[in-house]
Amino acid sequence: MAFNSSSVTMTEVVLSLRKLNVFYGSSLAVRDVNIDIPPNQVVAFIGPSGCGKSTVLRCLNRMNDLIPSARVEGQIFYHGKDIYDKVVDPVDLRRRIGMVFQKPNPFPKSIYDNIAFGARINGYKGDMDELVETSLRKAALWDEVKDQLKKSGLALSGGQQQRLCIARAIALQPDVILMDEPCSALDPISTLKVEDLIHELEAQYTIVIVTHNMQQASRVSDYTAFFNAEPTEKGGKVGYLVEYDKTDKIFNSPQEQATQEYVSGRFG
Amino acid sequence: MTLPSQAFQDDSLDFKELKFFPDLPKRYKIDSVFKFASWAAVVIALSVLSILLIEVAIDGLSMINWQFLTSYPSRKPADAGILSPIVGTIWVMVLVALFSFPIGVGAGIFLEEFIADSFLENVIEVNIANLAAVPSIIYGLLGLQVFVRWLFPLTQGRTIISGALTLTLLVLPIIIIATREALRAVPGSMRQAGFALGATRWQVVRDIVFPQALPGILTGTILALSRGIGETAPLITIGALTYVAFLPPLSLEGLHSTFSVLPIQIFNWVSRPQQEFHLLAAGAIIVLMVLLLAMNGIAIYLRNRFQITR
Ligand SMILES: Nc1ncnc2c1ncn2[C@@H]1O[C@H](COP(=O)(O)OP(=O)(O)OP(=O)(O)O)[C@@H](O)[C@H]1O
Ligand SMILES: [Mg+2]
Repeated sequence: MAFNSSSVTMTEVVLSLRKLNVFYGSSLAVRDVNIDIPPNQVVAFIGPSGCGKSTVLRCLNRMNDLIPSARVEGQIFYHGKDIYDKVVDPVDLRRRIGMVFQKPNPFPKSIYDNIAFGARINGYKGDMDELVETSLRKAALWDEVKDQLKKSGLALSGGQQQRLCIARAIALQPDVILMDEPCSALDPISTLKVEDLIHELEAQYTIVIVTHNMQQASRVSDYTAFFNAEPTEKGGKVGYLVEYDKTDKIFNSPQEQATQEYVSGRFG
Repeated sequence: MTLPSQAFQDDSLDFKELKFFPDLPKRYKIDSVFKFASWAAVVIALSVLSILLIEVAIDGLSMINWQFLTSYPSRKPADAGILSPIVGTIWVMVLVALFSFPIGVGAGIFLEEFIADSFLENVIEVNIANLAAVPSIIYGLLGLQVFVRWLFPLTQGRTIISGALTLTLLVLPIIIIATREALRAVPGSMRQAGFALGATRWQVVRDIVFPQALPGILTGTILALSRGIGETAPLITIGALTYVAFLPPLSLEGLHSTFSVLPIQIFNWVSRPQQEFHLLAAGAIIVLMVLLLAMNGIAIYLRNRFQITR
């Protein structure tokens, strides 16, 4: 286990993963993940395809509950409270830990309603127009859509749709935002817009982002977790955390050879 | 044959081993055989249908006039009309729609959104598929026993409500299956987006999945109802009448009225020897078809109306 708790010293943690094992059915998909995520930082998950980045990410807001075969062992502490404890309500948790998906998935509703939806179902009592405007502004989309809030969210371009999804997540005033390859369906310009956005959001939110793009990881993140997968005796593959550290250490002086090879593109 | 051998030289695959026999003429011949076969199938299907329609139209169109639509059935063909069967059909179908839509859609939502992939769901799924295939006369026998006899205190026997409940049983499996298909067509990413925003399962269903599935659900329901509208056997079994010379009162009392419906009237008329009654039957068939087409028209209208604009 290359997680070196002395190399990352944190006084305060938002999320802390302890000995996390995730199973799909009877097969172990990811084993023994230990990560501490500090507040108001961007943490990037990188690693080859199938090593379990999305799986771990989905554990953080219990979206894995929706996959019947998925099962979690170990603990995830959110502000010191185990989110897999019986007393924690996943519905409440997901309002605090928002998620943005790989493929933009706005609802087939108006831009306004896309954002108002989450607020309404969570019993928001404030000024809805104001909330919609603030969220769109924070997601750097307001100027592009302010005259067409009645338009369907699906009528936007892919990059705009993704920013709408980010705005939708922000509207709930979450604490943490999880992003699973948010730019993989976007062109370079939209990607840069989303990255700028992440930089701005960092002041208020804690962000965990999965990415396959090394430059992106090094541009946007403060900490990086490198995952890898190794074959099991049963012929399957199991993912594990190779190394977790400050991003510049992972990219410039990693402790593990595999990390070095992966970040420099000489992996495999 | 020349292969770009140089390009492949380093490859471990030996491309000289691969041999293709395109034989395009033969493949095109098979194409045209199938094209002809499917064209012939269309012609046969359409011509049988149009012969049927033309024959009915020749016999029946001249029968349709105001007197035919507003008179009660009669022993004298010249006086006979289809007022009470039309009204009976409308009564029954409205009731069937009121009963079957909420129950069918509710059951579909429960199976697809709340207990999907569970053992219980698999058991119910198989049973519903079987129910959809049960011959309609069996539903008639069931209705006779349950609604006409056991529930006599509620239904008063061979009444509109018994008929409507029997047809409800008949169309329910179709509505449930159509609802589930429509729900299944809503992408999983929509549900995930809802859950990730802190929605409960019911909120996801009500606000996101159901609105998107509604056009499909409505279409499926109306197509199921138009199957119900043409059913004769189950209603004969529960004892709908063929001569009804009054209209049910437009109140709860009406539910306990005896009734007739168009298919039963048609069945009765065509089984008589006199030619005049056959013409009356043809007229009634045209009216029934107009009703059917109107329902399908409504289905198309509703689908377009609720279709979420992209
Ligand atoms: N719903 C599921 N059911 C069963 N197995 C799954 C499911 N989702 C993921 N897996 C398995 O878990 C492992 C990790 O998958 P995961 O999607 O987390 O990888 P990833 O690191 O996100 O890959 P990528 O970079 O390609 O997105 C894979 O072996 C995959 O087959
Ligand atoms: Mg993934």
